[in-house]
Amino acid sequence: MTSLGQPNTVAILWFFGFVSVTIGITWWAARRTRSTEHFYAAGRSVTGLQNGLALAGDYMSAASFLGIAGLVSLSGFDGLIYSIGFLVGWPVVMFLIAEPLRNLGRYTFADVVAYRLRQAPVRIAAAIGTLAVVTFYLIAQMVGAGNLVRLLFGIRYETAVVIVGLVMMAYVLFGGMLATTWVQIVKAVLLLAGALLLALLVLARFGWNPLALFAAAADRYGAGVLAPGQLVSDPLDALSLGLALMLGTAGLPHILMRFYTVPDARTARTSVSYATGFIGFFYLLTFVLGFGAMVIVGQDAIRAVDKGGNMAAPLLAEAVGGTGFLGFIAAVAFATILAVVAGLTLSGAAALSHDLWVNVVRKGVAPEREQFMVARVATVLGGVVSIVLGIVFKGENVAYMVGLAFAIAASANFPALVLSVFWGPFTTRGAQASMLAGTASSLALISLSPTIQVSLLHHATAPFPLKNPGLISIPLSFAVGIAVSLLTPEQAAAGGFAGLQRRLHLGPEDGD
Amino acid sequence: MSNEQRALEALARAQWRLALTLTGAMMAVYFGFVLLVAWAKPLLATPVARGLSLGILLGALVIVSAWVLIVVYVRWANGHYDRTVAELRARSAGAQRRR
Repeated sequence: MTSLGQPNTVAILWFFGFVSVTIGITWWAARRTRSTEHFYAAGRSVTGLQNGLALAGDYMSAASFLGIAGLVSLSGFDGLIYSIGFLVGWPVVMFLIAEPLRNLGRYTFADVVAYRLRQAPVRIAAAIGTLAVVTFYLIAQMVGAGNLVRLLFGIRYETAVVIVGLVMMAYVLFGGMLATTWVQIVKAVLLLAGALLLALLVLARFGWNPLALFAAAADRYGAGVLAPGQLVSDPLDALSLGLALMLGTAGLPHILMRFYTVPDARTARTSVSYATGFIGFFYLLTFVLGFGAMVIVGQDAIRAVDKGGNMAAPLLAEAVGGTGFLGFIAAVAFATILAVVAGLTLSGAAALSHDLWVNVVRKGVAPEREQFMVARVATVLGGVVSIVLGIVFKGENVAYMVGLAFAIAASANFPALVLSVFWGPFTTRGAQASMLAGTASSLALISLSPTIQVSLLHHATAPFPLKNPGLISIPLSFAVGIAVSLLTPEQAAAGGFAGLQRRLHLGPEDGD
Repeated sequence: MSNEQRALEALARAQWRLALTLTGAMMAVYFGFVLLVAWAKPLLATPVARGLSLGILLGALVIVSAWVLIVVYVRWANGHYDRTVAELRARSAGAQRRR
């Protein structure tokens, strides 16, 4: 029998250890966070390895650790399709996004889109897209946190949500990006170490040979677990999800913001290399964790605790390492959620304060003190909103919201970012239309899709056939951006392109 | 158009070409895999070794190919690209001093 759901001394100790260390880091960072540049960009002092770990920390959410391990344990090969989809966006980040962001922007991706366009219209549209992505991602994380903590530690859902909200707010409010970065680094190291140790404990039982593990899974549950099953049956559905996962990675605001924390474009490049290495390694480990749980814990025991399989990795930890190891993995999962919501909240606060307040309301001229204060007010607002959303959505099925967040990021943010950097004729109206079309079409199509109509509302059919809107909304956003730009030529925007190209490659000349 | 401007545009074109080629390669690999999963389920179920289906092998290779493409880009960018950028920056700093 499992001790999951009962108070676990080791888990509580590890969790308090993590919170103490990260609050200590926040205290240290708070003394170094004296300006908006520190608050949003950690004073551009983060190294390539550090930022690589922090990117990995921001990206490896509890959904990918618990969710994918669970999916693999229950459906075998089909779960791996997600592991792979979550990784392949990183090369795109490297080739098209990382260096332009570092060289052209300051705090948010809207800085880059608005570089040679009119500020207010672009910033408003970008903030709408950013806030939509951050909100849906936050809801999924907060609801996941509440459920997870209830299952792991046996405390109330609401209590868990409030704890996550308050601790996360403390990191961001006092320590800004520097504290958030180090929280991500600590969490990424713990998560990678925990997953590696768990995988090694599993492999020790199979003569250190993953193939022996896979063979044992096939012996017990049939060779079908090593082959594609029913998850991907419609090729268009698969393409649509794949496109959203791939290009969404390159449009997630909390990921994009990390490229401002490094000193130059070359370090941005190095950090993506490290991040892709760590994340890919982590997803390869999920192969072992998923099949390990399938064989060692057994599918029935995993389903008995949670129908969706989300407890497969903690159950596996208990089976191979005892209650103490279960406690460690539980604490790591909690720390993971805490770190991801901190990153999301910071990027949401940046959209509100840097894009909307400073650049739209105050037209780009606001005293440093005011900018700093507005950023902190926006952080508190973000923290309160995420606690409220976490409680409002209690008990709702929010799994689709991660896919939706990726779809909006891929449709609203990615096309505008790429067109603004690489396509001279892009205009203010084009950018605005592209970002709004991306956000609106993602939202409209998902509400007409089987994801909402069939799975959530239990209708027999859905007006829009695909589960994820990406296949339509991403090309639509590109097409709208290009068409509107060609219809509304803008001399200043076209004239600014040479300057943009120069700064894109040669870097900022004043060194900021 | 100055020499410097021409050199910068050539560099921008080379960067864009490589970035687009590698992005296309990643898409081809990944969407090729996804379409095989959707259309060629029996093929991917083929055992390659005991405990290893063709599907799992190809899946792991998609992750490895992401690493390989990144290495290709970083080698070019840290070498040729950064050298050219440094030259152009030095030339532009020199031009500013003369002004």
